[in-house]
Amino acid sequence: MPRKILTGNHTVAEAVKLARVQVIAAYPITPQTTIVEKLAEMVEHGEIEAKMIRVESEHSALAAVYGAAAGGARAFTATSSHGLLYMHEVVWWAAASRLPLVMAVVTRAIGPPWNIHVSHEDIMDQRDTGWIISMAEDNQEVLDLVLQAFRISEDERVYLPAMVGLDGFLLSHTAMPVDVPEQEVVDSWLPPRLPRPYVIEPGSGVIMGNIPPDEAFYRMRHSMQRAMYNAKRVIEEVDEEYYKMTGRRYGGLVEFYRCDDAKYVVVLMGTWAGNAKEAADRLRERGIPVGVARIRYVRPFPRERLREKLLGMKGVMVFDRSVSMGRGGPLHAEVVEALEAKPSIMGVVAGVGGVDVGVRDFEKLVEDFVKKVEEEGRVYVNDYWYGV
Amino acid sequence: MEEDHLVLPLSRPAPGAMGKTGTWRNYKPVIDQGKCIKCLLCWLYCPEATIIRHEDNSVSVDYEYCKGCGICANECPVKAIEMVPEVQGGA
Repeated sequence: MPRKILTGNHTVAEAVKLARVQVIAAYPITPQTTIVEKLAEMVEHGEIEAKMIRVESEHSALAAVYGAAAGGARAFTATSSHGLLYMHEVVWWAAASRLPLVMAVVTRAIGPPWNIHVSHEDIMDQRDTGWIISMAEDNQEVLDLVLQAFRISEDERVYLPAMVGLDGFLLSHTAMPVDVPEQEVVDSWLPPRLPRPYVIEPGSGVIMGNIPPDEAFYRMRHSMQRAMYNAKRVIEEVDEEYYKMTGRRYGGLVEFYRCDDAKYVVVLMGTWAGNAKEAADRLRERGIPVGVARIRYVRPFPRERLREKLLGMKGVMVFDRSVSMGRGGPLHAEVVEALEAKPSIMGVVAGVGGVDVGVRDFEKLVEDFVKKVEEEGRVYVNDYWYGV
Repeated sequence: MEEDHLVLPLSRPAPGAMGKTGTWRNYKPVIDQGKCIKCLLCWLYCPEATIIRHEDNSVSVDYEYCKGCGICANECPVKAIEMVPEVQGGA
């Protein structure tokens, strides 16, 4: 398996090439731009047999790949931040039309004030749309998640589009070693897309998005929710299959790092999980049993997996890189529900707008939390804003 | 597996899905076959696909579903289609 030095964005392009994507449309936006630039180069050099559709906006970009997917093609787009918000209507359309599609979302803050750095508010804004939503920790996982996204999205038990999130600049523009599987290996595991769940083609009329009875609309939403529940199983299966192919697996919906003998667990998603893991190692050296639960899939949400592992913990800290104004961190809210607020739980809103949160920050915050729980017995903090 | 639970937001056209819409008509298109030049514009423009194209490219109207919108008569370049009131001497 060749090892290459790749930025996160070029890793996405490599994965799209390996997946033999047939139609690509995207509009440039920082920090996504180099994904589509690289893909345009690959198309131009004949390295990938895909049609590149140049569009005038993100709304059109997703509409174009939506059409391509409805026509039976394997299709891909990528965006960030304001671009993702601009395509938001079509985000709903793609999911409710049950079309297999993959989109890379390079997570970035939403203005104003203008900010091109990492924040999860753009991708978290999509969580009710019916897309599978995953988040990578490093570039290797970016490659693996993109390839797996096609497999999951095209699974007959799912038929929902999939987003792969990677943190702006921290991954998108940072080069790391990435093991890139051979084309033949990927081909044997990811065959060409089947003309399912339906394909529009000349000669056979299909009406999409017409007005059904209200009860039919309701049944369609229920069908999507069932597909999301199915996706939980499919994601775990695909993780195992992928392990057989590449020797890499991540634990499916959520990665548990040193949680088996932990009393305190940090829950979060994305790149900063690496810092949290290192902080956990350092705290363990000082006798504080800390683990990390890294959310890999926001949708479907790993509710059962979290309950199974974390319900009996003494304390859980949830770090959110975005905030639902008037409530707090969105991950925190979901973890509180999954754990029935039984352990001590502290929500931390941090790292928003690219503010750096390093190993020592995690170490200090977790240590303070542990001290507070040990002293007070029961702690519940909705949203602690670190360093404001 | 659970594919029978897959409910898709699409439908396939079938004649008469809304009932016999020909009864909605106030004016009916009547084709003067002597004037018709078989250009097929009426067939092309009819929004309900109720202009029937025959093998020799002559056309007739499917009155069971024609709603009487009059687009065919409007498009006909030789005025071979006349819109005739369904009910004579009405209001």
